[in-house]
Amino acid sequence: MTHEAASPEQSLSPARKPSIIVEGVRKTFLLRRSHSFKEAAIGWIRGKDVWSKKFQAIDDVSFVIDEGESVAILGYNGSGKSTMLKMISGVLEPDAGRVLVRGRLAGLIEVGAGFHPDLSGRENVYLNAAILGMKKHEIDARFDDIVEFSGIEPFIDQEVKHYSSGMFMRLAFSVAIHAELDILLVDEILSVGDAPFRAKCQEKIHSLAEAGKTMVIVSHDLEMVRDLCERGIVIREGRQIFDGPIEEALKKLAG
Amino acid sequence: MTTSVDLTEYRQPGRGRGLLDVFSWRYLLRLLVRQGTQTRYRNSVLGWTWSYVKPAAQFLVFYIVMGVFLQFHRDIENFAVYLFAGIVVVNFFNEAFGNATRSIVDNGALVKKIYLPRELFPIAAILVAFIHFLPQAAILLVVCILLGWMPSVAGICGMLLAIAIVAAIALGLGLFFGALNVAYRDAQNFVELIQLFSTWSVPVLYTWQMPAAQLPDWLFAIYMSNPLVVAVELFHEAMWRPTTSSAFPPAEDMLLHGGVAIAICIVALTIGQAVFRRFERRFAQEL
Repeated sequence: MTHEAASPEQSLSPARKPSIIVEGVRKTFLLRRSHSFKEAAIGWIRGKDVWSKKFQAIDDVSFVIDEGESVAILGYNGSGKSTMLKMISGVLEPDAGRVLVRGRLAGLIEVGAGFHPDLSGRENVYLNAAILGMKKHEIDARFDDIVEFSGIEPFIDQEVKHYSSGMFMRLAFSVAIHAELDILLVDEILSVGDAPFRAKCQEKIHSLAEAGKTMVIVSHDLEMVRDLCERGIVIREGRQIFDGPIEEALKKLAG
Repeated sequence: MTTSVDLTEYRQPGRGRGLLDVFSWRYLLRLLVRQGTQTRYRNSVLGWTWSYVKPAAQFLVFYIVMGVFLQFHRDIENFAVYLFAGIVVVNFFNEAFGNATRSIVDNGALVKKIYLPRELFPIAAILVAFIHFLPQAAILLVVCILLGWMPSVAGICGMLLAIAIVAAIALGLGLFFGALNVAYRDAQNFVELIQLFSTWSVPVLYTWQMPAAQLPDWLFAIYMSNPLVVAVELFHEAMWRPTTSSAFPPAEDMLLHGGVAIAICIVALTIGQAVFRRFERRFAQEL
């Protein structure tokens, strides 16, 4: 932040400002059994249980992530870690507690969600960067970097529907990682592409971390998490069971 | 734990400023509109020519069937123009309203993965409908010019007002039903019913004098305050009347009805936005 840089005594202090504050967050999903008035009415007449069932996805989770920190959210399938990430990104809203963020935030939550198969690679780069909140001049400035990073220059003017799934994901990831942002949310995305591309991604994420970006990563690739993060938060069945150094978090996850 | 931190710089993710947010996302809005218009005539040789050929053919049919065969222009001078001027407005409303209602569900993949101001989708839908309306308006203009139409400042202002009224009411209703449609797809079917009523409840195939003769005064006043009726009448006044010499007079109290119609648009937009924001929080989990 600019005002911090202006005052030397602040920039020397070790206390970093939080980027993300999560306070007593709960999230309940209603598992709906009917999707129309008719269905609900008929079910009710037949004596079926048409009322929704509750499912506690996140139960009283609290943590603070400081600016420039890289944190992994760990847990097995269905533990609620992706739900947590979606609440940080704003796609989902908590039922209780609150989430606060500071700075520009972009989710790599399933990149390529905004890709349109009938548009060319070039048009999709612009569309997706705009979806991640970038302005036209910012995209213009980064366009060449994005294409170069993806390594698919020869195909950039082809329609995306003719791309192989690998090419598609490389371009999508490349757009997301070049977005102008302060907080990066990564959900299981680094499993894309071949080994050299993954190494390149990992390197890029490292350089973003060094540039002081805040990062929250959800992944089952424990080796990668160990490499990228210094801190881990373990979630099991919606409850936070550990928050601390990554090595201990990984042990806690296994045990 | 957080009491020591100054929270003024923080914001809650996923809480936007509603329609106002769309202004700061202009660039994405432009891309969404372009995507909506570009993909319309994919793999078609004539492309956008079709947007002119279809309404032109429609006008020709009206002219020959309604005007020549059915002799409607004995009662209403230049009946084909009268009919076409009204139909163009109703088409715009139906397409804008229908597209806006489906826009959230159609963009479901995006809505449940990335946070954006979701109002972008209904607004883009209405802008796309407006772009599709332009070729029809162009055909109407060409026909009117051939019949000796001369532009007037009042007429053009009236048409712009009519377009604004239709866009506003379509957006208000579109936000409302678009939000409901996420949880209950019944909304989509209900909207089709509204579209059917809206097509026949406005003076397109008949003149305002016919409901005036059949309805009690208070009900006719309500009838005339329908924003869509006001928009259609404004188009009639701007495009059709200048091409005629001895047509029936315009309805009385147009100014009053217009004022009420604008008030209805504002109320619809306010309620639509409020309902949309209330339901928006659950979009991602309902889709």
